[in-house]
Amino acid sequence: MAVAEQAHKVTNTDKASAVPPPAPRKPDSPVMSAVPESAAPELAPDPGKYETIGDVTATDPVLTVRDCNVYYGDNHALQHVNLDVGRNQVVALIGPSGCGKSTFIRCLNRMNDTIDTARVTGELKLHGEDINSRETDVVLLRARVGMVFQKPNPFPKTIYENVAYGPRLHGLASNRAELDEIVHGSLQRAGLWDEVKDRLDDAGTGLSGGQQQRLCIARTIAVNPEVILMDEPCSALDPIATAKIEDLIDELAQNYAIAIVTHSMQQAARVSQRTAYFHLGKLIEVDQTDKVFTNPSHKLTEDYVTGRFG
Amino acid sequence: MTSEQFKQHTSRRFNEELEHLRTEVLRMGGLVENHLDRAIEAITAGDSEMGLLVAGEDYKINELEVSIDEECSRVLATRAPAAGDLRLIVAVIKVITDLERIGDEAQRIGYLASRLASQDHPHDHYSELKALGEHVQTMVHDTLDAFSRLDADDALQIVEEDKLVDEGYDQITRQCISMMMEDPRTIRRFMDISWAARALERIGDHAKNISEYVIYLVHGRDIRHLEISEVKREVGS
Repeated sequence: MAVAEQAHKVTNTDKASAVPPPAPRKPDSPVMSAVPESAAPELAPDPGKYETIGDVTATDPVLTVRDCNVYYGDNHALQHVNLDVGRNQVVALIGPSGCGKSTFIRCLNRMNDTIDTARVTGELKLHGEDINSRETDVVLLRARVGMVFQKPNPFPKTIYENVAYGPRLHGLASNRAELDEIVHGSLQRAGLWDEVKDRLDDAGTGLSGGQQQRLCIARTIAVNPEVILMDEPCSALDPIATAKIEDLIDELAQNYAIAIVTHSMQQAARVSQRTAYFHLGKLIEVDQTDKVFTNPSHKLTEDYVTGRFG
Repeated sequence: MTSEQFKQHTSRRFNEELEHLRTEVLRMGGLVENHLDRAIEAITAGDSEMGLLVAGEDYKINELEVSIDEECSRVLATRAPAAGDLRLIVAVIKVITDLERIGDEAQRIGYLASRLASQDHPHDHYSELKALGEHVQTMVHDTLDAFSRLDADDALQIVEEDKLVDEGYDQITRQCISMMMEDPRTIRRFMDISWAARALERIGDHAKNISEYVIYLVHGRDIRHLEISEVKREVGS
């Protein structure tokens, strides 16, 4: 079963083929844990290796990802990705559909666990703790690494309950007054408080799209995450709601590390400090956002940000 | 970077817009060159009529500047260009400003030519003005060429050449001063010659600016106000 640790999600057939285990290894060897189970030890060169242009590291990193690979069945969807997400920083992930950017952020809070055929390898660490380890409490992980989705998905509960649900689950409040405080603070930080303070008992689903999305953000920050992942958070919203969310992202970046997937290049340019360009499962280029949008280093990046894509 | 890359967008309309902008800049550049040629011809040949004609046609250059500027704003608003495309638009906006200024200087030379034509016409001095004029003509021509071919190496050479124009201008100024001291009755005439030389020197500066925008366009590096040695390090040539 040692092998199964390397890939947190293995299918039954994978498990069967993993026996007998390979030669004994030191239990805490970081190199081994980064090697896909099918690959021979680190000697075998991987033909899919490539160099990402730019600096993948961040000062004061919250998330560190090294040699991350994701397979959906036989499909090698994400290939050898290295990337850090730093504190108080917004990283925008851009690229054409199917390039692996959503797959990548879904690794960061183990959302790929929900896909049976998905297999994740590599070293993914949140403050040095292995995200992919079997010992990792996924519920706790997802509180620390919150996620906001493309379509606002409030619980079919009241506005208050939407925000209170997480803190209650994680026992963050010992009494009603504390819970009220958390709900108030979260809605305030999500820029929604003034709009909903008189109707906290109304259904969350009755809010407008933009308000629902901010409610989802409030719900995410209510459990004090360290990282917020956003998967196209504005693509279902009108420009005004989008502008509010973008302002909110600016403010949230003062307290959290944020990774945002977006199809709007202008949005990436506006909200992020660093931009990562993905192409066919590879991380092609990572650099300061203004550099990527004025003078990118890689031809593929330039082609993409200028809308030159054949 | 090649000009081909402005023709490879998914949106064909966008290709056409950028292509059109580039042609318009070159058309404006052609017009500016033509005005400059005729202004220099007017002053060296003492052709008052041609001088006034060139000065009177400056509005054509101004109109082109306004229309290209509008087109740039429109592309910025509708396409939100990035990377090389963005640099093209920014470079165009700046290039046409300097082209328009070159037009203004040509206009000034035209007026000076008409005023000088009515006075004595000693050949020896105008030949120096002519030499300086030819030098800046070449600079303007080459910088437009570098813009159309996106040739940063040529552009860098033009940036270096501006020094020579400055020296030529200093020389003419010194000569004018000594002539004016020799014979104060010529002061008016030599003041005008000095103004014309000054206009040519300014045109050299504008040509240099345009070359700097070409380097920005190609390499994405802003080299304004840097020493030439720093520039070479910046663009790695």
